[in-house]
Amino acid sequence: MPKQPLLQFTGKSIYCAVADVHIDPWMPVGRAIITHAHSDHARWGSQHYLAHKDSEPILRLRLGQDINLQTVQYGEKFMINGVKFSLHPAGHIIGSAQIRVEYQGEVWVASGDYKLENDNFATPYEPVKCNVFITESTFGLPIYKWQPQQQVMSEIDDWWAQNRADGKASVLMGYSLGKMQRILKNIQLQDSVMYAHGAIYTVNERLREAGFDLPELTLVTKETDRKLFKGALILAPPSADGTTWIKKFAPYSVGYCSGWMALRGAKNRRAVDQGFVLSDHVDWPDLNRAVKETGAERVYVTHGYTSIYSRWLNENGIEAAEVTTMYGNEDENEEEETVQDASAGQDAYQEHKQELDGAVNADKDGSEL
Amino acid sequence: MKQFADLFMNLDRTNKTNAKVDLLKNYFLAAPDDDKLWALTLFTGRRPSFKVNRTQVKEWAAAEAGVPMWLFQESYHSVGDLGETISLLLPRTSIGGSDKSLSEWFRYLGMLPGMTDEEKHDHITQAWMQLSQLETFVFNKLLMGSFRIGVSQTLVVRALAEATETDSNVIAHRVMGQWDPLETTFEQLILDKGENDNASRPYPFFLAYPIEGDVADLGEASDWFAEWKWDGIRSQIIYRNKELFIWTRGEELSTEKFPELHFLSDVLPDGTVLDGEIVTYSNGRPMPFNVLQTRIGRKNLSKKVLEEAPVAFLAYDMLEANGVDIRGLTQEQRRAQLEALHANVPAQNYFNLSPLIDFKDWQALRDLHSQSRENIAEGFMIKRKASTYQVGRKKGDWWKWKIDPLSVDAVLIYAQKGSGRRAELFTDYTFAVWGDDGKLVPFAKAYSGLTDAEIGQVDYFIKRNVLEKFGPVRTVKPELVFEIGFEGINESTRHKSGIAVRFPRILRWRKDKKAEEADSLGSLKEILGNYK
Repeated sequence: MPKQPLLQFTGKSIYCAVADVHIDPWMPVGRAIITHAHSDHARWGSQHYLAHKDSEPILRLRLGQDINLQTVQYGEKFMINGVKFSLHPAGHIIGSAQIRVEYQGEVWVASGDYKLENDNFATPYEPVKCNVFITESTFGLPIYKWQPQQQVMSEIDDWWAQNRADGKASVLMGYSLGKMQRILKNIQLQDSVMYAHGAIYTVNERLREAGFDLPELTLVTKETDRKLFKGALILAPPSADGTTWIKKFAPYSVGYCSGWMALRGAKNRRAVDQGFVLSDHVDWPDLNRAVKETGAERVYVTHGYTSIYSRWLNENGIEAAEVTTMYGNEDENEEEETVQDASAGQDAYQEHKQELDGAVNADKDGSEL
Repeated sequence: MKQFADLFMNLDRTNKTNAKVDLLKNYFLAAPDDDKLWALTLFTGRRPSFKVNRTQVKEWAAAEAGVPMWLFQESYHSVGDLGETISLLLPRTSIGGSDKSLSEWFRYLGMLPGMTDEEKHDHITQAWMQLSQLETFVFNKLLMGSFRIGVSQTLVVRALAEATETDSNVIAHRVMGQWDPLETTFEQLILDKGENDNASRPYPFFLAYPIEGDVADLGEASDWFAEWKWDGIRSQIIYRNKELFIWTRGEELSTEKFPELHFLSDVLPDGTVLDGEIVTYSNGRPMPFNVLQTRIGRKNLSKKVLEEAPVAFLAYDMLEANGVDIRGLTQEQRRAQLEALHANVPAQNYFNLSPLIDFKDWQALRDLHSQSRENIAEGFMIKRKASTYQVGRKKGDWWKWKIDPLSVDAVLIYAQKGSGRRAELFTDYTFAVWGDDGKLVPFAKAYSGLTDAEIGQVDYFIKRNVLEKFGPVRTVKPELVFEIGFEGINESTRHKSGIAVRFPRILRWRKDKKAEEADSLGSLKEILGNYK
């Protein structure tokens, strides 16, 4: 019988048969190791979860207070059925981890989502030597090259300052988990109250309760005096775009933080006033650097530009193959998440949902003569 | 260049008309005259050709970026715009950007046509090295791009009128027609207070709005003219200083494309401008648009083409008589002048009046409306008898009342990513109907008609239901059904289905229908039979 691979792609997870452990399963399983708490990687219904300790507050928030969860530190080794596991920083969001799996001298690393730049909140990425590396390729095209974080953050600072000067509210949109904490840790905080949509407020509160150093946010409610929004910063998830919720901040400018903002088409489609190119995934140079630094002789590409990136690696002397998974749908999940967090006291969510479903967004292209 | 690149970026960023006009106005107030002229050249679609080969430019860019050609192509598919793709792929050597002005860059590009390929390569790659990412993008647009950033000529005219404090109708007229940025100056073109010395210059077309609500809401039927709305090429025929010019609505000087109409220079009085429709015409009636299509875009009009697709001009308005601009007269007065002019022309086939429809009340017109297709018309044009000839698309005096499109329910089977605003989303679809053999036969491609929310949902479905990949095209699990509307239908030997439809578009998403319930090729052939 030929030796079976240490990790397999079974169609419901990245599976280690020897240990009977699933990494980021998208269906309920017995024992799951979770790379990070984004909803395309951390799914509901498994009997036992293991994750980094910094993932705990959000995992419990999203999957339920009573899940059976064991947490570990980065670098802490543990054995399951003779397989040696450890978690290493992935730098993607708070608590995000690469899963190192070692058995009979062979090392595999499942990296989940990751970025190399230190975002001053998540523990910075560390390369892990391995034989086989499992990587994302969300931005796996050479057109994606990020500017240094500080440059993007000062663009946000300037934008907010300009809006304050113009007497406008600054509505800044981005994923509630990851992006928003990164922004709060890197922009220049003004001497004023910062407002947040329920989805972001809830995550921020949970992390603060768990002892993380984050500034206090104020939840936007129906009762909030609209005059207070003038000149203020309001943090919102992408799904708030175009809803009645956002209209209460008028006059306002909308900024959107995402790696996709690097493309003019994506920026225009969103029809935001300002796109900030800010991603928690590796860009093309860092993706290649990361793969190289692992020293892996084989690479599996799980989500993003999988076929393109694996072809590129193969042409550059690294054996690679693409794998189909259910990762990489953060966009869509952000919406679900908003609805789940409705319990935080926002009854506008249902309204958003209806508008999203029923909205007739006329094409806004200027009509040509 | 920085000034223009910033203008470009800011225009691109806003959807608000007033904001765009302000940006343009501020540019026209601040930029040097030379740059203004070039900006105007770009915004009015007059960019000169610099004789570069796109394939070569792609290869040079890929080499500079150090990526293989296939990866360049994949990147291009994702971005959807060649100039932008190149700007993103090139190594960033210049952060600050270039000090050269827009017109200096145009002069730089103007050197390209005489160069060898090797010299062109050096010339272009050296430019890339001096420019920031945004400037590289704009430079590539100057080099070979189309300049579509949601700035219509109307907006440019408004901004120029405000910046120069000149009446917008005057500006609209001045920027029309034939002019070459290398042979004129901003001063001469826009600020010239003297008489219009450009004999070929057309008037801006007056355009109609689709009618809203019921036709009876327009008031007294006797206040209005009605004409068939012809499905041809909207054109202006100018005869001045013993020279004939034929302009089409896309502001293309197309005199040479219609030799049948050249006799007009023998029969029209000097100083005449007519507005009307060029249609293919035989046995005293127009032919369907697809006949006209066989000669549009052809460089050489063979004898065969001229025999099979002869054109005629159906005049419906007169804008200039004996060298005098008569657009300020009423529709009724202009029509009278047009009829008088036509009566003095010896009878022939190629120059006709678009007839006025005789109707006593709105009900009579409604009854006739249903006969549009038999008359090879798309419906009616309804024009207020008391109206002047205005500039651009204005509400109130000219209305178009189109017939409902023909439609079938079809299945989405292929998808491709869009470009520009829609890059990264699958927005270009191919639809199929059921053939006699129980297989789906593709019959139409459509891009528009869905809301952004629906596009998102369709895109979501496609990304999870790809069966095969052929380059940028994806074969999709045949499951989604859409009602596809179209304006016309004809037999075609070029299409697998044997039919060709005109202006296909998505009318609505039939979420209530399963793929099996979509229409068949038989139903399309039935429509074809009725239509002929």
